[in-house]
Amino acid sequence: MQMTKTELPKNWSLENLEDGRLVLNMGPSHPAMHGIVRVLLTVDGERVSDADVEIGYLHRGFEKTCENVTYNQCVPYTDRLNYVSPFINNVGFALAVEKLMGIETPVRTQYIRVIMSEISRITDHLTCIGANAMELSAFTVYFYLINAREALYKLGDSAAGGRITPAYTRVGGLTRDLPPDFKKDAAEAFKLVRKNLADSDKLLTRNRIFYDRLHNTGHISKEDAISLSFTGPALRSTGVPLDVRKATPYLVYDRFDFDIPVGSNGDNYDRYLVRLEEIQQSMRIVEQALAQLPDGPINHPDFNVSLPPKEEVYGNIEALMAHFKLTFEGVKPPKGEVYQAVEGGNGEVGFYIVSDGTGRPWRLRVRPPSFALTGGLAKMIKGGYIADIVATFGQINMIGGELER
Amino acid sequence: MGLETLFGHSYLTTRLDEAVNWARKYSFFNYPFVTACCGMEFMSTFASTYDIARFGAEYPRFSPRQADVLFVVGTVNEKLAPVLKRVYDQMCEPKWVVSFGVCASSGGFYDNYATVQGIDKIIPVDIYIPGCPPRPEAVLDALIKLQAKVSKESVLDRKYK
Amino acid sequence: MTTYLQETVKTRFPAAVLETSAFRGDETVVIKKEALKEVAAFLKDELGFDLLMDLTAVDYLPREPRFELVCHFYSTRHNYRLRLKCPVGADDAKVDSLTPLWAGANWFEREVYDMFGLKFEGHPDLRRLLMYDGFEGHPLRKDYPLKKRQPRIPHRD
Repeated sequence: MQMTKTELPKNWSLENLEDGRLVLNMGPSHPAMHGIVRVLLTVDGERVSDADVEIGYLHRGFEKTCENVTYNQCVPYTDRLNYVSPFINNVGFALAVEKLMGIETPVRTQYIRVIMSEISRITDHLTCIGANAMELSAFTVYFYLINAREALYKLGDSAAGGRITPAYTRVGGLTRDLPPDFKKDAAEAFKLVRKNLADSDKLLTRNRIFYDRLHNTGHISKEDAISLSFTGPALRSTGVPLDVRKATPYLVYDRFDFDIPVGSNGDNYDRYLVRLEEIQQSMRIVEQALAQLPDGPINHPDFNVSLPPKEEVYGNIEALMAHFKLTFEGVKPPKGEVYQAVEGGNGEVGFYIVSDGTGRPWRLRVRPPSFALTGGLAKMIKGGYIADIVATFGQINMIGGELER
Repeated sequence: MGLETLFGHSYLTTRLDEAVNWARKYSFFNYPFVTACCGMEFMSTFASTYDIARFGAEYPRFSPRQADVLFVVGTVNEKLAPVLKRVYDQMCEPKWVVSFGVCASSGGFYDNYATVQGIDKIIPVDIYIPGCPPRPEAVLDALIKLQAKVSKESVLDRKYK
Repeated sequence: MTTYLQETVKTRFPAAVLETSAFRGDETVVIKKEALKEVAAFLKDELGFDLLMDLTAVDYLPREPRFELVCHFYSTRHNYRLRLKCPVGADDAKVDSLTPLWAGANWFEREVYDMFGLKFEGHPDLRRLLMYDGFEGHPLRKDYPLKKRQPRIPHRD
């Protein structure tokens, strides 16, 4: 069978290892690392003395593919970036294109986008904590949290039509409006989420084993975290209160009353606590948004941006032409470039779009939050045990789809 | 499994077939080769709402030597292809492969320089599950089809050297 | 209309700044690639841009200079954002590395090298990041066809 060789880092060599050290491969397909990442470790007994993280096993050519399709056709590809919180990616992309075009969506759309983003954030954190608990052998917590996640998937499914890959936003609006009993369903889903979360909290937070495995492992200081471009819960766990929703509010986040949990220690336990509290804050935002939700249209009125309603298409020649042009050539933003940041589950998701005036992007760049986090993984695991890699890797919540696009 | 092949197709082997296949199909040990978004539906299928444990297939074996069903979940790209081939080669007979999701079955909508257009270009596949991602009910349906396929096998099919 | 940040950079480095602009609220400064390290150090030490949010490149194929390196900076203390761009020609595709200033630039630069072929001088470990070694070419360049495949192991049928 053909052996494929991989480049080792420049300052490593297999021959000149000091006494007793071993180069181990924590390979791409590993049970306790959810995602395909290869970590080459130089270990001294159980302690990691050097590490090299190799990624690229899920590179699917997102950026180049998006240069060949229209803007609205990019939306399903953005679903599969951070696949545990797909609504956030959809919203971020739509906001970036709308910023480029200089248009604003109706208020109802903004509220609905906030609601779906926050629901996505809750599913992201539930999956992260559940999978991490499972890898540390707390299976019950996994079942409780995935069960809670199912209720949220059902909610997202009723609104958007897809559990994991909804493709809910379009440039200038949404595909469809919320169903009529969304508020009631959301209240029931949140009851289940709160109950399962309370149970998991009782099982994990003050559990001796869980605490020992997460406390003081994967530690990183505030200065190192900023230098490594960390954002999101990992940065907030070190004590930096940076959240895009509060720093540069987008959509209607400035109308809600919510807090940003900030840790102090910069280790895995703080990240876990930050995530746990963020779920509660997200539910708070959704409840306020559902209470304030105004009525109105959900798509931008200009026919050059969103598809006109069917009555107009069959009645009126301008609408017919606009429908034809939009479907075949896509929306045409002016020439220029923008960077739009939204707060994803792992940190700041940035969309940098360069437009040349046609219906297809010239360059679409996604700034993935887990890219910086995985880049800093080597620093966080050096000096720790091999067993701590599992906890650290789980708590930085590396999502392969957004890491490697 | 070697002695009964001496007898060829006979009454003894058909009863043996039924017993062996019954044992195999109700106790799949799966190796979840999870890469991408389909992994989320995989997690849902293996959790309590769409319980796969009622089919006997819930416990993942993370060593290819101990597994018999290889679930390839999610996109496989060119960088990962030799890893997949290696894992498949390390599995012992009898082994089956389930290609979970369109990316594993045919490349999905990633028709570009990086993605393998279907894992059947690398390893032989028994069951294909379409869907992006497939609903957990589709996964359970596929598992039932795999069970039906296994029950039609014969101990004489796989000659061990 | 230029704002305070752009004016400061322009006054400090009059020879290096090629143009400044603000489009839809984003401020951009375009500088010569030789001045990249100095300007970046000035931004970090004196203007307080401690977080390198993103470092990427764009390929404008028919135009000369072909590539453009784009860096997004963020200041956690003052909540400012700034975009820095420098044009890089295809025949001299080398730029100074920002890794000594921001450790996070390490992987961003490796990805730009992998996808575009721009080399970074002073980078501690410049290797491919997303593609496997043995892959020929740089995929995000405009002259690399979308569907050109390079199988790593031979495919069946």
